[in-house]
Amino acid sequence: MLDLLFLVFMFPLAGFVILAFARGRLQETPAAIVGVGSIGLSALLTLLIGYEFLSTPLEDHAYTQLLWTWMSVDGFAPQFALRLDGLSLVMLGVINGVGFFIHLFASWYMRGDDSYDRFFSYMNLFVASMLFLVLGDNLLFLYFGWEGVGLSSYLLIGFWYKDPANGAAARKAFIVTRVGDTFMAVGLFILYHELGTLNIQDLMMLAPQQWAVGSDIATIAALLLLGGAVGKSAQLPLQTWLPDAMAGPTPVSALIHAATMVTAGVYLIARTHVLFELSPFALNCVGWVGAITLLMAGFTALTQTDIKRVLAYSTMSQIGYMFLALGAGAWGAAVFHLMTHAFFKALLFLSAGSVILALHHEQDIFKMGGLRKQIPFTFWVFLIGSLALIATPGTSGFASKDEILWLAWAGGHHDLFYAGLAGAFMTALYTFRLIFIAFFGQSHGHEVHVPHGLDHSLPLAVLAVFAVLGGLIPLPLESVLPHPHIASEDGKHALEAISVLVSAAGVAVAWFFFHKNRALAEKLARGNLISDALCRLWSSAWGFDWLYDRIFVRPYLWFIRVNGHDFVESFVAAVPVAFQRLHAAAAQSQNGRTRWYAVSMVAGAILMIAMVLL
Amino acid sequence: MIGVPLDHAMILCGILFSLGLLGLMLRRTLIFMLMSLEIMLNSTAVAFVAAGSRWLQPDGQIMFVLILTLAAAEVTVGLALVLQIHQRFKTLDVEVLSQMKG
Repeated sequence: MLDLLFLVFMFPLAGFVILAFARGRLQETPAAIVGVGSIGLSALLTLLIGYEFLSTPLEDHAYTQLLWTWMSVDGFAPQFALRLDGLSLVMLGVINGVGFFIHLFASWYMRGDDSYDRFFSYMNLFVASMLFLVLGDNLLFLYFGWEGVGLSSYLLIGFWYKDPANGAAARKAFIVTRVGDTFMAVGLFILYHELGTLNIQDLMMLAPQQWAVGSDIATIAALLLLGGAVGKSAQLPLQTWLPDAMAGPTPVSALIHAATMVTAGVYLIARTHVLFELSPFALNCVGWVGAITLLMAGFTALTQTDIKRVLAYSTMSQIGYMFLALGAGAWGAAVFHLMTHAFFKALLFLSAGSVILALHHEQDIFKMGGLRKQIPFTFWVFLIGSLALIATPGTSGFASKDEILWLAWAGGHHDLFYAGLAGAFMTALYTFRLIFIAFFGQSHGHEVHVPHGLDHSLPLAVLAVFAVLGGLIPLPLESVLPHPHIASEDGKHALEAISVLVSAAGVAVAWFFFHKNRALAEKLARGNLISDALCRLWSSAWGFDWLYDRIFVRPYLWFIRVNGHDFVESFVAAVPVAFQRLHAAAAQSQNGRTRWYAVSMVAGAILMIAMVLL
Repeated sequence: MIGVPLDHAMILCGILFSLGLLGLMLRRTLIFMLMSLEIMLNSTAVAFVAAGSRWLQPDGQIMFVLILTLAAAEVTVGLALVLQIHQRFKTLDVEVLSQMKG
């Protein structure tokens, strides 16, 4: 059974190939059958493989399938191998499980679109690349998948390419993540140069033998990998692409920009955790990047008016939690939160998609209102997702988030803990602001088209069940990730009580300002200079776009203007000119005069004989 | 075996070759250029024969037969071309015939 592992990513890849070559020739239904079916088969296979893997434990808790040697050059022989262990099994489950339901929902959401099969071909390509990323035995193949998901993310953000704004958003996402990828590539070069291999298991074995804890080279390598993770996972300072990425269709946001791709950074750090353990400084950076992103994104989410942008900032903030957990050394908790977050955030995005279609592509929450009565099913699943997001006891979010907070506290990272607690308050506040504004209050007289159909309701219902019960799934991570040593469980329940109280306070504040007394909130926001400035700062996401525009974009454009007649190009342009001259000279010698040819031949022969003899 | 010394034979070959070469370069008529080529070929053939008799090897004479065949083939094609050219242009002056410019 396990030797069928390669089929897991072959199915989506085959789906991509079929849909890509059948472009425009397939009707919607066959395209949906191929697109959704390939992921369905893959998900089914994942279930079987997971069952086999867990029921018959292997010797070293990992199964490696060697497919072939990619190339063999002077000792550099990257093996094309897949590796299945606890961590990749969890990721497989998330990608295929959540991915299948998102595909199913997408088959409903995209109905009527002109390029229905193009959409599914990109989606399948994404899933294949993502599976490649988590199954790769080798950092080189991980990087291959990493770039593959970046490409499909670009293609899907710019899916509705006829609007230039979508194209710009796609380019922005591609270029900003490319900055992180460059860091990561340099990190890989350093690892290969220093340790002579890119095989993850070998690296994790060699690194502690060759490098001392806290050594410079370990810190540099870990920080470079962190740079890659930060770009992909939309953390400070490379977070600016994620909100714009919401230009893509909503299922794309659910699959790529909430459940799977953006958590690839977390996967990368968890996968190479040995490196980060060698460098306490880099590990601290991970934690602080997470904590700061978590708070900044929380404040920004509070001022957004677009339902998808609120969720985008919320995603950023939740990934901040995962980074915080990684920084606190709670590897397992980070992966746990990755999984539960995939459940409830995919649910939130899909139900947001349902709302958007119900209102005929209206995304401004202030133009919604009163939707609770009009689309009750969507309201209830959205509420369930939100309750999981703010970590209400009994939901999956509670299990994972409180695990993170508890491990941060117990591990002695008190400052990270306080940041997480403040983040919990912000989460509750912005989530319920969204709910009170969009689903409660006065209706704005929209013509509501109530969504129905099994392909719409089934994914939402299943994800809602997972959002509640997902916390009960035991993860087989003990063999892969070390568990932090906790002296005693004292205070765990007190901590849980505190975090629940904080979340409840957030909900109460949201209720007071955005439901009961919205005029007061308006007055407070626009009241004086300071609050006005703060609101503008937050709604522009702390001005990062502005800052980057000034630091990078404008100087670059200025340079281009100054260097209009490219300085370097004048050298390059000299080459063809020289060849044209040479050509003209050589053409002169071909004059059709036979005796001239004979003379030049003799001269050449004499010259060559002279060169040999002298 | 007493024969002509190799040096003398080689000097003869050199003179013949130079004469052929000079003829090729200086003559303007196609038919004479072709003849000069023949002289050059034959000078090398003589060199082979002389060298063969110096080292008592049959290879020199074999090479001579080869060169003879080659020269015959070359002359056949060359003369055919010359005839065609003469029919078409009514002249064999290469300076006049220099129309194939690059």
